[in-house]
Amino acid sequence: MRALWHMIVKELLQLRQDPKMLRVIFMAPLIQMTILGFAVNTEVTEVPIVLVDQDRTPSSRTLVDSFARSAYFELVGEEQSARAAEAHLVKGDASAVLVIRQGYAAAVHGGRTPRVQLLVDGSDSSAAMVVLGYSSRIVGGESAALLAARLQALAGESATTVAKVGRIELVPRVLFNPDLKSRWFYVPAVLAMVLMVVTSMLTAMGVVREKEIGTLEQLIVTPLKPWQLIAGKLFPFALIGVVQIFLVTSIVVFGFQVPLRGSFLLLLLLAQLFLLNTLGLGLLVSTLVRTQQQAMMTAAFTLMMPMVYLSGLIFPIENMPPAIQLLTYLIPLRYFATIIRGVFLKGSGLGVLWPEALALLAMGLAITSVAVLRFRKRLD
Amino acid sequence: MRKLRAVATKELKQVLRDPLSLLTLIGFPAFMLLLYGFALNFDVRHVGLAVQDLDHSRPSRDVISAFVNSTYFDVAATPGPAEDLTRLLERRVAKAVLVIPEGFASDLAAARGAQVQLLLDGSDSLTATTVLGYADAIVAESNVRVLGQAVTRAGQRLDVGIDFEPRVYYNPELRSVRFLVPGLVGLIMMLTGVLSTALSVVREKERGTIEQIRMAPLNGFELIAGKTLPYLGLSLVATAFILAMAWAIFGVEIRGSLLDLFAATLLYLLGALGFGLLISTLVNSQALAFQIGLLGSLLPALLLSGFVFQIRLMPVWLKAITYLVPARYYLVILRGIILKGASLAPYWDQMGYLALYVTAVLGLATVRMTRREG
Repeated sequence: MRALWHMIVKELLQLRQDPKMLRVIFMAPLIQMTILGFAVNTEVTEVPIVLVDQDRTPSSRTLVDSFARSAYFELVGEEQSARAAEAHLVKGDASAVLVIRQGYAAAVHGGRTPRVQLLVDGSDSSAAMVVLGYSSRIVGGESAALLAARLQALAGESATTVAKVGRIELVPRVLFNPDLKSRWFYVPAVLAMVLMVVTSMLTAMGVVREKEIGTLEQLIVTPLKPWQLIAGKLFPFALIGVVQIFLVTSIVVFGFQVPLRGSFLLLLLLAQLFLLNTLGLGLLVSTLVRTQQQAMMTAAFTLMMPMVYLSGLIFPIENMPPAIQLLTYLIPLRYFATIIRGVFLKGSGLGVLWPEALALLAMGLAITSVAVLRFRKRLD
Repeated sequence: MRKLRAVATKELKQVLRDPLSLLTLIGFPAFMLLLYGFALNFDVRHVGLAVQDLDHSRPSRDVISAFVNSTYFDVAATPGPAEDLTRLLERRVAKAVLVIPEGFASDLAAARGAQVQLLLDGSDSLTATTVLGYADAIVAESNVRVLGQAVTRAGQRLDVGIDFEPRVYYNPELRSVRFLVPGLVGLIMMLTGVLSTALSVVREKERGTIEQIRMAPLNGFELIAGKTLPYLGLSLVATAFILAMAWAIFGVEIRGSLLDLFAATLLYLLGALGFGLLISTLVNSQALAFQIGLLGSLLPALLLSGFVFQIRLMPVWLKAITYLVPARYYLVILRGIILKGASLAPYWDQMGYLALYVTAVLGLATVRMTRREG
């Protein structure tokens, strides 16, 4: 036990000797969180549109107003022709062009079918999709109003009875994130990313550095047992991880005002299960490579990037093809992402999250065992 | 010039000898492309929808089939009247619950507003926003259809209200891979450019071989150019490779001129390499160079460039920072050339900003490098 204690003290001292590294460790989450908290906004509002109104009548004005009044669109310019407006799409300073041709009002009043065109820049497909949804809702509303007026007129003039038609009203109720703030979705995710970066990458690099410098040999000839060596190596990083859970959670809650509806204790506990996975992965990487650079590259690109991308942390898993959805079950981060969102936004407890907790535990044990076995074999 | 070639050859040999860094230069971009092309997208389709029909009438079934037929929704559950709907969303059985209350059909028949409720899991805000948009459009459409039928019957003439024709330019099938490929190219070149240059210089510092190089009769320009040119070449190869792959696998063609593309890319790469050099003058360990390279180049290129997240929506102070991110300019140009078939002409301002960035970064790096030598 004393030997283990000395080992841990040595590791902590070593960590302290690298103040630049420590600064990076604690600056990284702050930067990530600031950027994610403010940059990542997937709310499609105030889409810039250019207007081409060749009709210039009160009727066309009404339609334009219904676009301009909605929070979704913002009129940024007017052009005489669709051709001229297309230049805005090329340049990228407008995402859509609303075209109302001459004769719109005449059609509205003459009982004919008025036509409205919307030219959409499809290059950003997801934004374009939302724009299409918004605009068909707005035009749909105008269309329904037009039809209702015509129906009323027909009922007034004709002797035949006109069927009464009720309208369906959609009453949406958004749970867990009523204002649909994308910040609430992305900011808690930083917790998972930070934990992973710090624990896997630094663990891998810390071990490999000793290999590079040759001090690992020295450690091996000390009377430390292999498990003590491993535990001693991992402990400081686990400690940093725990400190970061406190740090990041408090910034998420107090800085970004994201609600923590579930129990922090549960989060802390389940984060330990996640740490078991990431520390194990870090150790595993260290047994596979020789240089620090390789350790970084392997940890960052073959481990962290795919994990972040396929975990549902940023890109929803439901949108992936079935084969890849299956693959995501092998990613520990997937379960932790669910846990984080469950605890923060939904206030879920173990009653809902136990399958994820169990999966993390099982995977963590498996990964760590493999890593420890490989590490010991190299020591012998 | 011969000395320059010697340094460049040495550097190139060193890279080629290290299979891992070669893998990062070529393998990683390919991997990213496949990932983005096949797996990652925001195209919300087949949303799991739970349906609670408390009315059991013909109109209620019509509403449900309007949702199902839209192909945006798949019925994931049909909870009974007593079931806890919030729980369904919490357990992620469904993303949304459509509730048709009792009396829906009679409200419709009485020409009153007939309400249907949509409960949404808002935790994933983008998906929820999109789903809400779909639902709104579906309801608006069925209203128009029913009204139109009534008017048609009464007026004995077909009436469909306003004929709305949305036309999608540049990416009519709305595939997100088209949007992501240019961003990916920008990202990858930033990564390979900055990291490989920074690491290659710092590695020599760590091993002490930089002293040997400094003793060699090279001037600052030869040293810097020799160090960066091989990476410039490799990054260009990686770019060509990515674009070829995007074309072959995902059908993303370059609609503009290759020459324009090359010119913009060269300028952008110079900026990336310059930034890598600048980092290498600031730090002494590879670990640190890596961290700073990642934070200073990849993260901004990923998040502050408009790659996925729109700059338009950022707060003012962050918008100001994005002006320092070269990927921001490059992406606009690249999307213009690849997707819109534009030339460089409409993007002269973006090119100007890029040139400014390159000059500043390369200048700073040269000053710092040569001063250290002296």
